[in-house]
Amino acid sequence: MHPLLAIESSQSILLLGNEAIARGALEAGVAFATAYPGTPSSEIALQFFQISRESDLYFEYSANEKVALEMAAGAAMCGLRAMTSMKHVGLNVAADALMTLAYTGVNGALVLVVADDPFMFSSQNEQDTRWYGKLSGLPILEPSTVAEAKEMTLSAFDLSESLKLPVLLRTTTRINHASGMVTMGPLRERIVKGAFEKDPMSYVCIPAVSRELHPKLLDKMGRAAAMADESPWNRIEGDGRWGIVCNGVSYGYVSDAIHELGAADRFKVLRVGFSHPFPEILTHWFLEGCEKVLVAEEGEPYLQEAVRNCAHRNGMMLPIHGKGEGLFSRLYEFDPTTVKRVISSYFHLPFTASASIRTDDLPEVPARPPNLCPGCPHRAAYAAVREVFGDEAIYPTDIGCYTLGLLPPLRMGDFLIAMGAGIGTAGGFARATGRKVVAFIGDSTFFHSGLSPLASAVYNNHDFMVVILDNGTTGMTGHQPHPGVDLRHLNLERAPVSIEAAVKGLGVENLLTVNPFKYRKTVAAVRELARHPGVSVLIARAPCPLYERTLPHYRKRRPFRVNAAKCRGHKVCLSKLACPAFFAAEGQVGIDPDRCTGCALCAQLCPENAIMPARDKEAAR
Amino acid sequence: METIRLIIVAVGGQGNLLASKILGEAALLAGVPVKMSEIHGMAQRGGVVESAIVFGPAHSNLIADGEADLLLGFEPSETLRALNKCNPGTTVITNLAPLPPFTVAIGKGTYPDLDRLQTVIRAKTRQLIAFDAATLAKAAGSILSLNVVLLGALVQTGLLPVTAQQVQQAIRSKTKPDFVDLNLNALDKGMAAARKV
Repeated sequence: MHPLLAIESSQSILLLGNEAIARGALEAGVAFATAYPGTPSSEIALQFFQISRESDLYFEYSANEKVALEMAAGAAMCGLRAMTSMKHVGLNVAADALMTLAYTGVNGALVLVVADDPFMFSSQNEQDTRWYGKLSGLPILEPSTVAEAKEMTLSAFDLSESLKLPVLLRTTTRINHASGMVTMGPLRERIVKGAFEKDPMSYVCIPAVSRELHPKLLDKMGRAAAMADESPWNRIEGDGRWGIVCNGVSYGYVSDAIHELGAADRFKVLRVGFSHPFPEILTHWFLEGCEKVLVAEEGEPYLQEAVRNCAHRNGMMLPIHGKGEGLFSRLYEFDPTTVKRVISSYFHLPFTASASIRTDDLPEVPARPPNLCPGCPHRAAYAAVREVFGDEAIYPTDIGCYTLGLLPPLRMGDFLIAMGAGIGTAGGFARATGRKVVAFIGDSTFFHSGLSPLASAVYNNHDFMVVILDNGTTGMTGHQPHPGVDLRHLNLERAPVSIEAAVKGLGVENLLTVNPFKYRKTVAAVRELARHPGVSVLIARAPCPLYERTLPHYRKRRPFRVNAAKCRGHKVCLSKLACPAFFAAEGQVGIDPDRCTGCALCAQLCPENAIMPARDKEAAR
Repeated sequence: METIRLIIVAVGGQGNLLASKILGEAALLAGVPVKMSEIHGMAQRGGVVESAIVFGPAHSNLIADGEADLLLGFEPSETLRALNKCNPGTTVITNLAPLPPFTVAIGKGTYPDLDRLQTVIRAKTRQLIAFDAATLAKAAGSILSLNVVLLGALVQTGLLPVTAQQVQQAIRSKTKPDFVDLNLNALDKGMAAARKV
């Protein structure tokens, strides 16, 4: 049985934040879950995927976050308890549906987990999801610890059901990917069958209906604000005259800091866990008796503005600061020392940071950037396209492992903003410059948001090439399926959607499919497509080597080795491919047989044919 | 009890996350509060994986620069790179078997000299425990047990609020059944190595 189902009530175990959220949903009786994977949210969906295979919980990886939200919304309209999880930028994709779903509300419960990524460990921006609360009018809960993430998830379902509104559970990387002790509660029964009662005048958002629904949403926001004031997630600790308002992981840093500064009794802390609608009355009460207030929040000054508004409305003049020179930054994530330093300086408390050791005189450490894996088919496709177009072409790229192709020596990536935007921007680059443009997109991203820009490009007579890097999985986030993936080896009947058929159906006439590890054929296919003006598509198809290892038909291929007698040291293998299975020792290039997957790409590029299959592992050494 | 802050740095694929999990489980058995935080988005892409493990009453699960009591490095150049987390009172444990990053192979960097690396770390911190954990892991039966060899050395310092027995029990419950004996053996080898250094 799945560990999250098996563990008994009142037991305490160590859980990852994302596991805690999944457990909280199970304790709430979640019956319907959907997701599009995205770091740092992905492990939530992984739990549901596994659990759905041994229970009546419905789970699906949807084609993108908007579809995931809409699926969950449909189920929640029928009275079910539903959850959908995504990373922060995924909410941009789902936002169109969310804004008006706030008008219709839901009949069961719908909890939307949105994982922010301050510092952008694995993201293209560090937008702060809390603004979506204001934009949509929906409640937001924000846990400060892993244990609280579970409790808040449970509470988010109840809140959603009582307000009949979707609720956002907003986390950050340091909650999702933190582990902590969590005490289990009882698992509520799942209700998996719902019912839908037609009520078009409440659910079909034509203007006349929406004019009735918007005031209803405002009314619900009023009720939600009253709940925020009473919520146990918003609490005041201490009774000092110095106020600190904080949320999320900052709460932990603040708690440690005021103790370590030896001044805990001088402070009063307002921890805001139910942050939208903002708890105005509670905050007013908190501000009474404060001399000055510091707001400690990562990201944007959301709480700071809310606290200042509250003070202003109540005619209070005390200083309230958070973001600014010498205070907190809107950039990146906090750490305990930063928070301690700002508190000490704002409240004039003595503080000396730990004597860090000097690091400016250390020997230089070579950079270790993430790299495409040994045997990654994207490297092969990039090398072939670079051979044809070099630096002449403009290469808009997209979100996935293959974004790593921007690094030297491949240098295949000139513009990256969002899922699907490689194809979307390609037409703009081509029209504006008249240059050759080759856009890259992965298979999962293609289904996520590559279809509509491709149709648009065909219809509007654009002239560029699209390379669909089809490695048969969603690689970057941990090998989740997408609509093109066959899951029969897991006894899951899914008819994979053909990328070729989709591309042809969108009107692309110049389409070729290659195995990128057949280097010469791939180069020839790129040249062939380049002869035709208009939109052309190359599908470069070979499995992700990490994913392939998990498939039943997988057979390990023999690694390759460098024949030192033949090698003349041109190092074309290194300078063109940068495969991490290679190493250079005393001027001689070698291949690590433990890392080589036997893809044979390098062997096809070596001018001396000095790279050949190893006889066995030992011979390779 | 006092708060003990441990940073583990490794290269993706070296088993850092399992090592953290074992320590977390051992802390649970010891009844010590524990919080961990890790960055593993790029783990499988050859990048650096860093875990922060905080034992004791602190609320924070992050460790700021200069705040680590212990630094455990699975790869020597990564240990060096993480020295900003240390202060003069930090105990550093490192594997000495290098995994040079690819940038070295393409001439974009030079791998640091291992003797100089040890001299520098020793001069700047309270103590350095350095040994070739890869050889010990292979001797224990698999290079994959490198993480547990290093855990052995960490436990041997006596600076963690968990005992060797608790770590052994955590290994029994958190590692795959087929690998339990191998891992227990690896733990012993790591402990013995740290005793000798």
